[in-house]
Amino acid sequence: MPPTWKNVRADFPVLHQTVHGKPLVYLDNGATSQKPRSVIDALVRYYEGYNSNVHRGLHALSMRATDAYEGARTRVARFINAADPAEIIFTRGTTEGINVVARSLAATLKPGDVVLTTEIEHHSNLIPWQQAARASGATLKYVPVLGADAEGGLDLAALDELLTPAVKVFAFTHISNTLGTINPVAEFCRRARAVGAITVIDAAQSIGHAPFDVRALGADFVSFSGHKMCGPTGIGVLYGRRALLDKLAPDETGGGMVVSVTYEDARWKPAPERFEAGTPNIADAIALGAACDYLDSLGRDQIAAHDAALSRVAMEKLSTLPGIRLIGPRVGAERSGLVSFAFADVHAHDVVTFADEDGVALRGGHHCNQPLMRKLGLTSTTRASFYAYNTEQEIDILVASLRRTLKFFGAG
Amino acid sequence: MSADLSELYQQVILDHNKRPRNRGKLPTANRVAHGDNPTCGDQCSVYLRLVPDAANGSDRIAEISFDGSGCAISQASASLMTTQVKGKSGAEVDALYQQFHEIVTTGNAPEEISDLAAFAGVHAFPARIKCATLGWHAAIEALKGGPEVTTETHTD
Repeated sequence: MPPTWKNVRADFPVLHQTVHGKPLVYLDNGATSQKPRSVIDALVRYYEGYNSNVHRGLHALSMRATDAYEGARTRVARFINAADPAEIIFTRGTTEGINVVARSLAATLKPGDVVLTTEIEHHSNLIPWQQAARASGATLKYVPVLGADAEGGLDLAALDELLTPAVKVFAFTHISNTLGTINPVAEFCRRARAVGAITVIDAAQSIGHAPFDVRALGADFVSFSGHKMCGPTGIGVLYGRRALLDKLAPDETGGGMVVSVTYEDARWKPAPERFEAGTPNIADAIALGAACDYLDSLGRDQIAAHDAALSRVAMEKLSTLPGIRLIGPRVGAERSGLVSFAFADVHAHDVVTFADEDGVALRGGHHCNQPLMRKLGLTSTTRASFYAYNTEQEIDILVASLRRTLKFFGAG
Repeated sequence: MSADLSELYQQVILDHNKRPRNRGKLPTANRVAHGDNPTCGDQCSVYLRLVPDAANGSDRIAEISFDGSGCAISQASASLMTTQVKGKSGAEVDALYQQFHEIVTTGNAPEEISDLAAFAGVHAFPARIKCATLGWHAAIEALKGGPEVTTETHTD
């Protein structure tokens, strides 16, 4: 392992505190990751050193800010191996990126067209397509998930049936935020290309956790958030293949995205500016670039291996708890760095409150995945999600906390 | 277990969670309202049979039941609520809810309030106040004749 891994916990100031008198065990990385010192420093450096608006000022600070902002765009392009920094559009996050694509593509859809998505999508990759289908008259279809606990992944045989030339858009998640399932996204892109469908990937859960190469995948659009990959909140990225971006109408209009304006009309700049109306989120974009540097210093392949190892241990230990129902891939099967479970007699909300008393931060609820929960006959699950700074000892603390909770409710 | 946590999960609450009172659909109901807590997915439907009370010129709750799913706090609170509001008018339920609201937000329970005081511990867990009030909101909505309520539209 590179030397940086030895000190990974030291890089994250927030980890070094107690909660309810216990050392913080932060296992809610699926919701948001913690931030390393280098990312926090990038924000402070910008605000203290060269805070200024971009692309407009002719003065020194504005030029520095523009260089740093555009430098971040280039850095993100390198992070996902985009062909051109102009394919990187800064957004507020995954949700905004998907909404921009869905609204823009809706104008190109018509009755008879199919928008295909899957049964395991986060609401943010589901509702925008419902809206796009409604607005255009297109039909929305879902690739089903297999198994009573959704352990079987998406039904690839059904995908063959569903993926016809009528499909204009195929939108899917890379990693399920609820199940931990890792979708075969390269295969999805290949199959979609064969029928001429545009692919839209929700990479929110994967981007900071595993290598991601848009050109190797052949992806058309990819949306992700900065805050789940060690970056700040309020910044995200929409990647779009250049040829497609230049065909799309802008979603928002205003300053910074026009070549010329008259009282009657306006002409758009090319991407990325045409999709970045108004003063952008300069500071957070720059800090996102620092997050890319940080993650690459650890190595994303090593982060993926670390996450998977923690998940494997967690699944094995959790499976010994009485009355537990593990959701998603079975013990020993491939899964990302998150585990999701429900108890027969103790509700997720109570589990999370008890874990919090032990310093353990978990997520309990429907994970913005209500249709999937309904399909599984659940209203909520408890989720523990891992990152580079989590340890096996923390999983032991989690499991001990869960045992105490079960005992308290007479379920252990 | 911390003092706050044992205060939150009182015996009365655990008992109502394990053995909920008046649980299930009410075949004779003439009012029903559904409550949702979108944050955690808790759900609660409250069924009422209202009968006119000639003496007061208002309706009273002759029968009440609830069903749904959720955490121990939300289920126990809905269960206990059904035992407390039966026989009461809309105005009386509103007044009782005001007292309950005071208990869960401040932790202070008036002396004459008995079982509801078990929820005083909720005040130390602000994220759980909505759990405790979900059933009450559904009941009040049913009394008003409204069909659906979400805790997101309430301040607690």
